[in-house]
Amino acid sequence: MIFAVILAGGTGSRMGSTDMPKQFLEIKGKPILNHTVEKFLPNPKFEKIIILSPRAWIGHTKEIIRKFTGDSERITVIEGGKTRNETIMNAIDYIDKNYTLDDDTIIVTHDSVRPFVTHRIIEDNIKAAQLSGACDTVIPASDTIVEGDGRKITDIPDRRKMYQGQTPQSFKAKLLRDTYMSLTADEKDILTDAAKILVMKGMDVSLVQGETYNIKITYPYDLKIARSLLDDEEIK
Amino acid sequence: MINTIYRLCAPRRFETAFDNIDVNVGVIVRPTHLSICNADQRYYQGTRDIKVLKEKLPMALIHEAIGQVVYDNSGGFKPGERVVMIPNIPTESDEYIAENYLRSSRFCGSSADGFMQEYVCIEPERLVRLPEDIDLDVAAFTELVSVSTHAIGRFKSIAHNRREHIGVWGDGNLAFITSLLLKKMVPHAEIYIFGINREKLSDFSFADGTYLTTEIPSDLWLDHAFECVGGNGSPVAIEQIIGVIRPEGTISILGVSEYPVAVNTRMILEKGLRLFGTSRSGKADFRKTVELYKEYPEIPVYLSRLVGNTVEINRFSDIKEAFETDIKKAFGKTILHWNI
Repeated sequence: MIFAVILAGGTGSRMGSTDMPKQFLEIKGKPILNHTVEKFLPNPKFEKIIILSPRAWIGHTKEIIRKFTGDSERITVIEGGKTRNETIMNAIDYIDKNYTLDDDTIIVTHDSVRPFVTHRIIEDNIKAAQLSGACDTVIPASDTIVEGDGRKITDIPDRRKMYQGQTPQSFKAKLLRDTYMSLTADEKDILTDAAKILVMKGMDVSLVQGETYNIKITYPYDLKIARSLLDDEEIK
Repeated sequence: MINTIYRLCAPRRFETAFDNIDVNVGVIVRPTHLSICNADQRYYQGTRDIKVLKEKLPMALIHEAIGQVVYDNSGGFKPGERVVMIPNIPTESDEYIAENYLRSSRFCGSSADGFMQEYVCIEPERLVRLPEDIDLDVAAFTELVSVSTHAIGRFKSIAHNRREHIGVWGDGNLAFITSLLLKKMVPHAEIYIFGINREKLSDFSFADGTYLTTEIPSDLWLDHAFECVGGNGSPVAIEQIIGVIRPEGTISILGVSEYPVAVNTRMILEKGLRLFGTSRSGKADFRKTVELYKEYPEIPVYLSRLVGNTVEINRFSDIKEAFETDIKKAFGKTILHWNI
């Protein structure tokens, strides 16, 4: 079985003065979260689309899904965890309790604020996760990446080997959970995303080509870009 | 849902654009196999009038395509069903004028975005189910086949009933399809093909005779004829047809020409000929075409000869590559496997 796991745990702290989590901001009169969920909804391969939300926003999330996307038995909203990876583990626990979690269970995890993901990216993620157990969506780095210690450059890695990470990140769910559980607390502390769980343990994570426009709407500037891409009249 | 659309914004230049579609309105179809038409190439290469290009671009090309239903909130179609998408979008119905001739109708890839999209949101009435075992590369150009189906249907309602000898001018895709369907839809007629390329003419093995247009026998006669040439070849083809056709015959014009074509009206009058244009097709023609596929399984087999190039479209740059490949082809259709 294949599940979409939509990570909607953001609180909007980077979105300037707005106090509403960024996934609830609207483009074309519809919350970004809905746009994102609707990219997964038409794909019949997904058994369920699991949205993970902060506890305080679960009711609101359910309400906007019903209002803007419509009632669908294929969508469920559950509580996220304290960190990104704890949130993903909550999704896997949900699958374990309600379905059969086996070695072939795939989760396609995706930021709720990346509504420009495409059918092709999602399909490539499913294929790559089935084939190699894990994958990460990336685009080649367009800027030179500089490594520093806060004061000076310590290294300039070869840009040809550098990529910018996007989502989805997709995994064999059981493999991801088992590996995560094997990490020490210190190891868990330095995780920045889910792919690193497997990379830390020397496991292969294959690359899926993303798109430059598969942007993450993090800052007010991103919201303006997203709105302009969709010719949204609300651009200010 | 945010939908990605791949539009031609200027000759030989595509751009990515986005549109917001309502998943609860219409049927969401994932295009799977697209087929390039000469009309698409005229936009791509910029050979249309500059005013037309300015008016219509940016626009997604391609009006020949099939896909798979992924979502239908109304429940009329099930996910996974293979369908052919009808590019004609009527906005009214008329007792006498077919949907493809109504000036108010829109057409995907001409007056509306074509099928080069991530998903197509389409009215259920604009879909026709395909047989499960159909060759998908052939099914991709069902729209073109339906144009021939439509033309033959019109011919049967307009032409007199002596239909012993029918001529088809042209040795390209449309001529191939039209003559193939004539063999089935007008079974007792003998079908003769007139072209300029001996090699291409040899592909019309199902025809009763093929002739180079420079070697038409003087004793040959035809009851009716179809012109499938278009472009600069139209005037000569129509002139030849008028010369060999019997009085009161019909001439069906299918070939598109960018320029006005002079015709010998004196002989049209003297022979009492009927010339009629046929263009595009409507839902009934798509349905009839799919019925023909089922009734005569040899039709899709013959049509598979037209599958020239198949191009995998995995990334944006592959689209341009496919159109450039199509320009170089001598015969047949370029099919796009739409993975993007």
